[in-house]
Amino acid sequence: MSRARHKASGSLEPVQKSPTGIQGLDEITRGGLPKGRPTLFCGSAGCGKTLFATEFLVRGATQYDEPGVFMSFEETGEELTKNVASLGFDLKNLIATKKLVIDHVQVERSEIEETGEYDLEAIFIRLGYAIDSIGAKRVVMDTLESLFAALPNEAILRAELRRLFGWLKTRGMTAVITAERGAGTLTRHGLEEYVSDCVILLDHRVTDLVSTRRLRVVKYRGSTHGTNEYPFLIDEQGISVLPITSIGLNHQVSNERVPSGIPRLDTMLGGEGFYRGSSVLVSGTPGTGKSSMAAHFADASCSRGERCIYFAFEESEQQIIRNMRSIGIDLGRWVKRGLLRFHATRPTAQGLEMHLVTMNKQINEFRPSAAIVDPVTNLISTGTAKEVESTLTRLIDFLKGHGITLFFTSLTHGNLNLERSEVGMSSLMDTWILLRDIESNGERNRGIYILKSRGMAHSNQIREFKLSDTGVHLSDVYLGSAGVLTGSARAAQEAKEAFEARARRQEIDRKERALVRKRRALEAQISALRDEFEAEEEEIRTIVAQEETLEVSIDDQRREMAQVRKADDGALKPVERDARRNQAIRINGKRRAR
Amino acid sequence: MKATVKPKSQPNTDSEIWELRLYVAGQTPKSIKAFANLNRICEEKLAGRYRIEVVDLLENPQLAAGHQIFAIPTLVRTMPSPMRKIIGDLSNTDRTLVGLDIRAAD
Repeated sequence: MSRARHKASGSLEPVQKSPTGIQGLDEITRGGLPKGRPTLFCGSAGCGKTLFATEFLVRGATQYDEPGVFMSFEETGEELTKNVASLGFDLKNLIATKKLVIDHVQVERSEIEETGEYDLEAIFIRLGYAIDSIGAKRVVMDTLESLFAALPNEAILRAELRRLFGWLKTRGMTAVITAERGAGTLTRHGLEEYVSDCVILLDHRVTDLVSTRRLRVVKYRGSTHGTNEYPFLIDEQGISVLPITSIGLNHQVSNERVPSGIPRLDTMLGGEGFYRGSSVLVSGTPGTGKSSMAAHFADASCSRGERCIYFAFEESEQQIIRNMRSIGIDLGRWVKRGLLRFHATRPTAQGLEMHLVTMNKQINEFRPSAAIVDPVTNLISTGTAKEVESTLTRLIDFLKGHGITLFFTSLTHGNLNLERSEVGMSSLMDTWILLRDIESNGERNRGIYILKSRGMAHSNQIREFKLSDTGVHLSDVYLGSAGVLTGSARAAQEAKEAFEARARRQEIDRKERALVRKRRALEAQISALRDEFEAEEEEIRTIVAQEETLEVSIDDQRREMAQVRKADDGALKPVERDARRNQAIRINGKRRAR
Repeated sequence: MKATVKPKSQPNTDSEIWELRLYVAGQTPKSIKAFANLNRICEEKLAGRYRIEVVDLLENPQLAAGHQIFAIPTLVRTMPSPMRKIIGDLSNTDRTLVGLDIRAAD
């Protein structure tokens, strides 16, 4: 019973995988090809089967310490070595260091006469010998189907192929089998019947004169995998498949802000600029200054010491650097210091998806913190709306996943409704800045406003956007009864306002002077009154004093007279005298207080 | 198993010696059958003018790649040139004769 349980838990173990080392493919297959099992790569002529197989072996030998055997039924070892040298693979060196064996199986139909029963044991022996000679872990057979053309007896061949795949499994070889695509079937001779663990379909399609290579994992037994078609690129560093693990809305977000390089624009964006890792779209009609804004953004990024990559689809690197110098931005110095990289191509050079693969690859190499696409509309013209949306979503998700701030410029045509024409793209964008022409009074001026900016307070104002030899400057537009005024109309209006303000100022000054004069007059009046009062007070005091003196003398006289008449003391009570005196003082005090 | 079977009769001096090499992988029924068939045909058609070398790839696996062998058994005519290669157990005599370019006996 314990054994049964053990068996059950053993079967639950996920399929072990052998990484291919091919950029992007390991992400799609969630880790690589099934370890110790054969995988079928099928596709029509020229879609890169042999290259996939070769890179699988080369990466295995160089990166994962898994030597490999390449059994070729088509090309000789020398041909193969020569063909993949352009991808940077040095097979000669790998063979010399016992990391690789190439065995070319030459099968000539004209040489073969079947005289009875036979089997393909010799192939097993050759393969086994090659595997043992270097301790190989990986095997490529490219392409087994040549045997079908060479050997008339299909029954024997099929039986032997079945035996071969079984043998490869028992030897624990991670094998790649290539096969030609058949009409209506995956392979011309039904090899998928034998190789059932993993089947990868390669495709090479031409749409609108542009060719795109694509890859799809048709099946992968015992493992989840990306099921879509993914474009891939073959260049001097090998194959790269556009990765998909980044697709999804689960990336980390940053609260950090990155300045746009235009201080007043940052003010409009809640005072600090864009969020790091957000997507920014600047759209506008031709000549509204989109590239200049992009240059400002690049300049700001590089001056913080961060790397920035600039995908140019309209102008060459030299042209951009020259043109931006005219508005006072020196991008050349950043290129020299390795902080800025340009990647300028014509949009028609390859399909949209291939552009995205290229961009993806460049970003992976350069590891920038900001990326500029100028303009994204040129890219869009190379694909259908649906393709564009899905591929742009992939790109944006990929960049957001890496925390790279993405700056798109987009060209809109003057006669279209700006807001409506890009609805498809706008939902992918976090910040959307609109540049537009404002035509009035026989001149054209640029206006800028923020259509949306997720997650931050942003200005709803239109600013006038001016290009000068010190870069982009924003200024307030005049909003008045005549509508929005820009350019010279705004200047005239401002002059008028300045004049009015000056007039008002003068009026205020005049009034203030009048006030001062009035105060001075009043103060003079007050001091005159005080003088008058003091004079009066003195006079009254004199009178009071005289009266008191008078009273005292009357009292004295009366006392003298009483003494003379020998009168009684009670005739004049001192109380009475005091009261009279007090009254006099009170009158005096009241006057003084007033 | 690498053996040279000496021709039983004296070679005809004015005709070429046929050098044949039979590739096998161990003593399988197919190999034994092929060897028997080859001996029979040679005795009938090339009496005294042939030499057979049997190469066992299990003993000398490196020869399989060197001689471009993929099927077992394979018979290679190394002399007279040009080289010819036929596969199978040689049970179809007509095809074997065509493959080895042996004209029917006079």
